[in-house]
Amino acid sequence: MSTKNKHNKLFQKQIVLNALKESLIKLNPMVQIKNPVMFIVFVGSILVSLLLIEEGLNGHFSRFTLQIGIWLWFTTLFANFAEALAEGRGKAQAESLKKLKTKTFARKIVDGGEVQVLSTELKMGDRVICEVDDTIPSDGEVVEGIATVDESAITGESAPVIRESGGDRSAVTGGTKVLSDRIVVEITSEVGKSFLDKMIALVEGAKRKKTPNELALTILLSGLTIIFLLAVATLYSFATYSEAVSGSNLNIDLPILVALLVCLIPTTIGGLLSAIGISGMDRLVSKNIIAKSGKAVEAAGDIDVLLLDKTGTITLGNRMASDFVAANSITQEHLAEVSQLASLSDDTPEGRSIVILAKEKFNIRGRDLAKFRIENIPFTAQTRISGIDLYENDILVKSIRKGASESVKKYVLSLGNPMPEEIDKAAINTAKEGSTPLTVAEDGKIIGLIVLKDIVKGGIRERFAQMRKMGIKTVMITGDNALTAAAIAAEAGVDDFIAEAKPEDKLRRIRQEQSEGRLVAMVGDGTNDAPALAQADVGVAMNTGTQAAREAGNMVDLDSNPTKLIEVVETGKQLLMTRGALTTFSIANDIAKYFAVIPAIFAGLYAFNMQQGPLSALNIMHLQSPESAILSSIIFNALIIVGLIPLALKGVKYRPLGASSILSRNLLVYGLGGVVVPFLGIKAIDLIINFLHLV
Amino acid sequence: MDMYDFIQIALYLLLLVALVPLLGGYMARVFEGESFFGKPGFTALEKSIYRVARINNKVPMNWKEYTFSVMVFNAMGILFLFLIQVFQNDLPMNLEGLSGVSIPLAFNTAVSFVTNTNWQSYSGEITLSPLVQTLGLTVQNFVSAATGMAVLLVLIRGIRNKTTQEVGNFWEDLTRSVVYILLPLSLVFALFLVTQGVVQTFLPNLPIATLEGVHQVIPRGMIASQEAIKQLGTNGGGYFGINSCHPFENPTPLSNFAEMLAILLIPASLTYTFGKMTGNLRQGWVLFAAMFVMFVTGLAIMLYAEYSVNAFGATSLMEGKEMRFGITNSILWSSATTCASNGSVNAMISSLSPLSGMVSMLNMMLGEIIFGGVGAGLYGMLVFVILTVFISGLMVGRTPEFMGKKIEAFEIKMAIIAVLAPNFVILVFSAITVMYPPALTSLGNTGAHGFSEILYAFSSAAGNNGSAFAGLNANTDFFNWMLGTGILIGRFGVILPVLAISGSLSVKKKTPPSSGTLSTDNGLFVFLLIAVVITVGALTFFPALSLGPIIEHLQMLTGKTF
Repeated sequence: MSTKNKHNKLFQKQIVLNALKESLIKLNPMVQIKNPVMFIVFVGSILVSLLLIEEGLNGHFSRFTLQIGIWLWFTTLFANFAEALAEGRGKAQAESLKKLKTKTFARKIVDGGEVQVLSTELKMGDRVICEVDDTIPSDGEVVEGIATVDESAITGESAPVIRESGGDRSAVTGGTKVLSDRIVVEITSEVGKSFLDKMIALVEGAKRKKTPNELALTILLSGLTIIFLLAVATLYSFATYSEAVSGSNLNIDLPILVALLVCLIPTTIGGLLSAIGISGMDRLVSKNIIAKSGKAVEAAGDIDVLLLDKTGTITLGNRMASDFVAANSITQEHLAEVSQLASLSDDTPEGRSIVILAKEKFNIRGRDLAKFRIENIPFTAQTRISGIDLYENDILVKSIRKGASESVKKYVLSLGNPMPEEIDKAAINTAKEGSTPLTVAEDGKIIGLIVLKDIVKGGIRERFAQMRKMGIKTVMITGDNALTAAAIAAEAGVDDFIAEAKPEDKLRRIRQEQSEGRLVAMVGDGTNDAPALAQADVGVAMNTGTQAAREAGNMVDLDSNPTKLIEVVETGKQLLMTRGALTTFSIANDIAKYFAVIPAIFAGLYAFNMQQGPLSALNIMHLQSPESAILSSIIFNALIIVGLIPLALKGVKYRPLGASSILSRNLLVYGLGGVVVPFLGIKAIDLIINFLHLV
Repeated sequence: MDMYDFIQIALYLLLLVALVPLLGGYMARVFEGESFFGKPGFTALEKSIYRVARINNKVPMNWKEYTFSVMVFNAMGILFLFLIQVFQNDLPMNLEGLSGVSIPLAFNTAVSFVTNTNWQSYSGEITLSPLVQTLGLTVQNFVSAATGMAVLLVLIRGIRNKTTQEVGNFWEDLTRSVVYILLPLSLVFALFLVTQGVVQTFLPNLPIATLEGVHQVIPRGMIASQEAIKQLGTNGGGYFGINSCHPFENPTPLSNFAEMLAILLIPASLTYTFGKMTGNLRQGWVLFAAMFVMFVTGLAIMLYAEYSVNAFGATSLMEGKEMRFGITNSILWSSATTCASNGSVNAMISSLSPLSGMVSMLNMMLGEIIFGGVGAGLYGMLVFVILTVFISGLMVGRTPEFMGKKIEAFEIKMAIIAVLAPNFVILVFSAITVMYPPALTSLGNTGAHGFSEILYAFSSAAGNNGSAFAGLNANTDFFNWMLGTGILIGRFGVILPVLAISGSLSVKKKTPPSSGTLSTDNGLFVFLLIAVVITVGALTFFPALSLGPIIEHLQMLTGKTF
């Protein structure tokens, strides 16, 4: 998705215009009631408006009440605007996805023949043919063939990717385009429920549910609102009593009480809460990660343990052959030649690196193998050995095996051949250095080993150090043996590792961590990762992964870059911090508002021989008049919502620090700031109001 | 203030801090069922109570069963106390031939004593028979305090438990609190008070002729025993109407000092018990520190308000204070009794300077959590801890947790109810009262001070404190019903949500702490907790207080007093 640039600008003209329109539409009471804090403001605005109408009809219209009414409506509208803006930014991203959803024709296979149907008419289980320049009509699995596919529309990655039947690269996404060859795709999703449809719905925020923490915060804010409602409602009765016993007349009417209430209830956080949540998901989308629920984003902030695959995440994907170590009786050149022969049909990067190393070191080139029948022995996670058998006239002439040292050792021993001591030692040494020994056997006898070197990604060590500061434990998962794993773990700076891991080990580790009360995140792509992805609290599936993996995870990384898990965690933390910071700010604001409004309301109380009553001593801001004090407070209260929209959308700045330093910092900025800012703001607005003679 | 005042306050605070680990550690041993010197004697008594009452204390309860037991026990307590008051004229031991108590007053008194409030709309010595005083009130003095400890224990277990429903057995918690803690402490303390001259006798009131030949009746009775549990159990209901100002309740400076210490002793020590039982002593001390800081700060403000040169040029305000104790002791007592939800007095709070009166009122409005009632203070404070953890926990970028337990929507909902219930009583009931003209005839003063009287009464009821501002005649049907209802809401509106929180926490997993977790056992958290408590309290009550004590204070600066 090419939305990265758009995100640099918070307020795009078109989005802002739409948001302005939306904020009026959101005045629907059914929408308002979803947010208890803002609903109170909404009701207050209506009450004051009704009063204005009544006053107007009776001919004693008050400019002051009018201004209170206007600013109350602005408060409601500003909160609507914040939400609409966040939604609009999400929708803008969804739009670019929707363009992929133009109606396409699919070539459906019916009774062996081919029928043109609309892509929207496809059902689960249908098979369609896709050839060069065809758009894949819906999500599915490749069941036949291999093709290069342009997925840039979804991932933003311009290089085409290979999709083939079987294995972990079989999933295709609707809306992507076949660039070469021919594949048969079995449709795996229903109309309107494809991956693309879900993404659009998610990004648009249409399916947004309140997340658990958002719900808890809403309850807290509603509780505070009830407390203030009690405080203000009873104040009317207290004031009436005080008026009676003091013989003073205060004229406390509805607009003043509503203004006080709206100033006190946490409108700042209440108005921005949903915008914070939406923009949290949005920020992930701009990092090309689609979260399937807001809950997953929130859980990301809580992660205690990260399970990371070594390959591709911690190391640079592929190990490279770096050396040949021959057994005593064998020349290095022979070993290189045999290794190359075994790797010729192995098009994994490792295999290719062996071919290249042999070529570079001994100038060995591929030989003509036409006279042989070659049987490939594929690598499996269980045998951990691959190789080839060469047949000449159906007679086995050569058998080469390469694989993990332990496995090859078992293999040769089972054939009754010895394990050369020097190779055993070399294997251990190689592993100790963090490299992987790949032992080579020719016709059942060990001839040496290939050293495969793992290259740890630059900067990854620092990332893990940051994680540790944040209190997150990193666990590396690798199929390597314990020695190799330990060396790489030390080099990369992870806290723990699981060596010789089988897919079920991941699941077991996740369950174990969870039973100890920790939250676990992991990345996976293969079908065999699916159970672990589903079990993990945050499971990020690679977009290149299988459909099963993408279904099981609660996030999908369109770039298929496992390192981004770290950014997911950061975004989750940022989301929670923004909520906490704005809540603190909102509550801290009330102190100044009390000092503005209370003396303003009660200045006339017990004011017998004095110009002003004793409570005007609390007017420490020296606001000009009671009216301007109340008006300044309500204006400040409305404007601060708008002022904080950028913060709500961008999130508070995240730094990878320990809990106590983050807390002290945020307390200082949002707690102390929340106390001081309104004093300055209300005073400034008061000066402006009086300068303009608004009251 | 002179040097002796400072020395006495310092001695008081030091002794308190020194006693906390001793008594707190002992209580932890009791509740954990560990052995200690002299335990077998107590155990025999405990076992015999189970035998007589046919209680199987070995059956663990889930939180709902526990709550049911708490509610049934309290309801029966209220009913029993209500009936023996109404029918006291038909019951034995009615030495002075007192008539049956009116229904509103009996309701008020029953509710008040069962909830550890001990609000007294009446004068004990001329209204209630010794039977009601001993079998009714004194028994409730023990079990109401024990109920508070039991509820606290459930919360402690909820925090400590790992995914289990079992939160203990109410009858065992109740019995152990009484048998091992309240009874022996009261016995020792009562004996000490007798040495100071506090009266303890079964004999009826003593009629005498004074030197001038005037006929006079001197009330007496089992005062020392009631005085001991009254102070230790944060009850506060005195034998005499004027409470600990009376020389038979509080005869000497030493008895005064010991009684003041007894007010805070158990609530303060329970913080240590909490730390011990949850395996985090630091956490216990943090809770203590938050309470201690608020207590000392409030005390300092009160002392300042009393001693600072005021508008009349006087350097101290003696009106309404007991000459025997002087200002420092009156203020120290008033501060402790309003913080600890005790409610006993040795000076009339109405007569404190407006600022001191406001601090006393605020001590109660904050939720009676600055030490607070026995058990009740700490579980109330833990409700605020949950709110604090929630707000500040978010700021470190994690969903909030306390001692490894995730704080989620349900806990927040319950915590909000627990905070709202007493605040609702204070604000709404006061608002109703000021709008109800017949109620206003009870006021001893008009103007801002009259308003303070009403606000104080409902703060005292909602906080289950029981102290009165004086001046307000609360023995009217209106006030008896209103205050009684307020007391019930203030007690069970907190207990029920706290028990629900305990049950919810108990079944949760315990997350081990990491460097990304908000630590709740350091100085920063003390500050945060205090900030949240003060902010919630101040924001809720600032408008109301501004019309009462604040305006009184500002008026006093211009020379007007009440």
